[in-house]
Amino acid sequence: MTAYLLKRLLIGAATLVVASLVVFLMLEVVPGDPARLMLGMSASDAQVELLRDQMGLNQPLIVRYLDWARGLLSLDFGKSYTYSVPVIDLIRERLVVSLPLALIALALSTLIAIPVGLFAAARRGKAADTAAMAVAQVGVAMPNFWFALLLVYVFAVWLRLVPAGGFPGWGNGVWPALKALILPAFALALPQAAILSRVTRAALIEVLGEDYIRTARAKGMPQRAVLWRHALRNAMIPVLTIMGLQFAFLLAGTIIIENVFYLPGLGRLIFQAITQRDLIVVESVVMLLVATVIVVNLLVDLSYALVDPRLRTRQ
Amino acid sequence: MSDAMPQKPETLAELIGRALANRSFVIGLAITLLIAAMALVSFFWTPYDVTRLIVADRMQPPSWKHWFGTDHFGRDVLSMIMIGARNSIAVAFVAVGIGMGVGVPLGCWAAARGGWIDEMLMRFNDLVFAFPALLSAVMITAVFGPSAINAIIAIGIFNVPVFARVARAGALSIWPREYILAARAAGKGPSRITLEHVLPNIANLLLVQGTIQFALGILAEAGLSYVGLGTQPPMASWGRMLFDAQTLMMVAPWLALFPGCAILLAVLGLNLLGDGIADIFDPRTRRRA
Repeated sequence: MTAYLLKRLLIGAATLVVASLVVFLMLEVVPGDPARLMLGMSASDAQVELLRDQMGLNQPLIVRYLDWARGLLSLDFGKSYTYSVPVIDLIRERLVVSLPLALIALALSTLIAIPVGLFAAARRGKAADTAAMAVAQVGVAMPNFWFALLLVYVFAVWLRLVPAGGFPGWGNGVWPALKALILPAFALALPQAAILSRVTRAALIEVLGEDYIRTARAKGMPQRAVLWRHALRNAMIPVLTIMGLQFAFLLAGTIIIENVFYLPGLGRLIFQAITQRDLIVVESVVMLLVATVIVVNLLVDLSYALVDPRLRTRQ
Repeated sequence: MSDAMPQKPETLAELIGRALANRSFVIGLAITLLIAAMALVSFFWTPYDVTRLIVADRMQPPSWKHWFGTDHFGRDVLSMIMIGARNSIAVAFVAVGIGMGVGVPLGCWAAARGGWIDEMLMRFNDLVFAFPALLSAVMITAVFGPSAINAIIAIGIFNVPVFARVARAGALSIWPREYILAARAAGKGPSRITLEHVLPNIANLLLVQGTIQFALGILAEAGLSYVGLGTQPPMASWGRMLFDAQTLMMVAPWLALFPGCAILLAVLGLNLLGDGIADIFDPRTRRRA
């Protein structure tokens, strides 16, 4: 197991390095001079040249990559071309919106999907199962930003229960901030919950056919205990795998959902940066998200061992 | 059918009969054909001309004259949805084509060769999987500017590791079979065995994955167009229509309703079709039935 973990760690680190190279080189081919962009068209060539020197843009490619990569490791992403503030400050400002959003969505999705999957698997083939899976089938096909628009129409426009968009910030109390995040989180969570409930049901049905389930039932264990203690735990590996993949989708999904709700998160930041050609911000946010995806998938791999003790001893 | 029964090759008529008895397959096929027909018809005919802006007809709610209403330029929403179908199908089709065209040969190659080539390919897969399609689309757009072509490329790149993985897993399960051994004994090389024996036997897996990725492609294109990174106006696209509808939702909710239903229906149809095909070809479910 230790050898396996070490291998996974190494692969994760190598993937990160290659990913950083891809991101760096891709934005390297973009036409346009960041120094010129920062100083504006009225600046003289000498001024631009001076700033290029200060920014290290005249260094060879490999030196610049290494500088940038070293910065990434210490969370120093450089300075935004348009705002002239450190990129990390911009990211920190936005992360307090995007991260809670993705986490609430993941929690909602899990809280909906696991009970629905259990419910459907326990009543396999009955009307309740068919109905739940039909709803899930529609949920899978639902574009989350359209679902978001419908939610806004019903809960913000008709019922006026929550604001239609915007974010008051965490400084004005937790409740108003949560109220602003609840619709976007639901919009993100529901399509994911639909997928996850299908996976949970399929994994459970597989497990429920095992001999130890029959044994548990034969010794008179109540259905609820069989399902929660024996079946669910053994069905967790595919469920965790999908949850890990979904976290990546949730993070990327916040990019679109934040646009529906005018939330000042990472997604809005990336779009503003694209329109303003502030490439260092784009580069940093993309790298941050990619690194998160890699780390989460690594954690999922490691969590297999926690869920399934059999994997701990296997080579 | 029991396990002990010798496997008799199924006739085409039997296969079609089994397909028509599968509810998912029939409903999925019907919806998919409906959307495809809508796209095809739009080449020759739409209820109204969407290039002509008729201000007098703007923001009409659904009626017999305009089934799905009209938008803020007086364009007929149904006509735009028909043209949008064309766009969605084209984007998803090319993206699946890129994914299959690159991914399947890679996966088959990895399965046939094994060893370090296989290992390299799997690591490459991990790398591409670390870039969610949306994120690579954002990056490609940042570099080359927003367009339908760049959206297709981003979605296509994301499809490559998906197909490589499915093809590899399928091929790995075929290689230890006896008929492969026989083919090798007959002196066939790995590429010929892959073409003649492996590919035909994993075609159903690829077809199922193809319909799923097609559905995901439609969703991704809609999402990208919605945030302005995909299809650009004046070309009609479902995602773009939803973007335009957002600001008008208080006064014209139908503008947001119908394009969303079109996306939902197209994706639902393809997913049902994929489920149906998987059921039809999976011998385990065949025994159960």
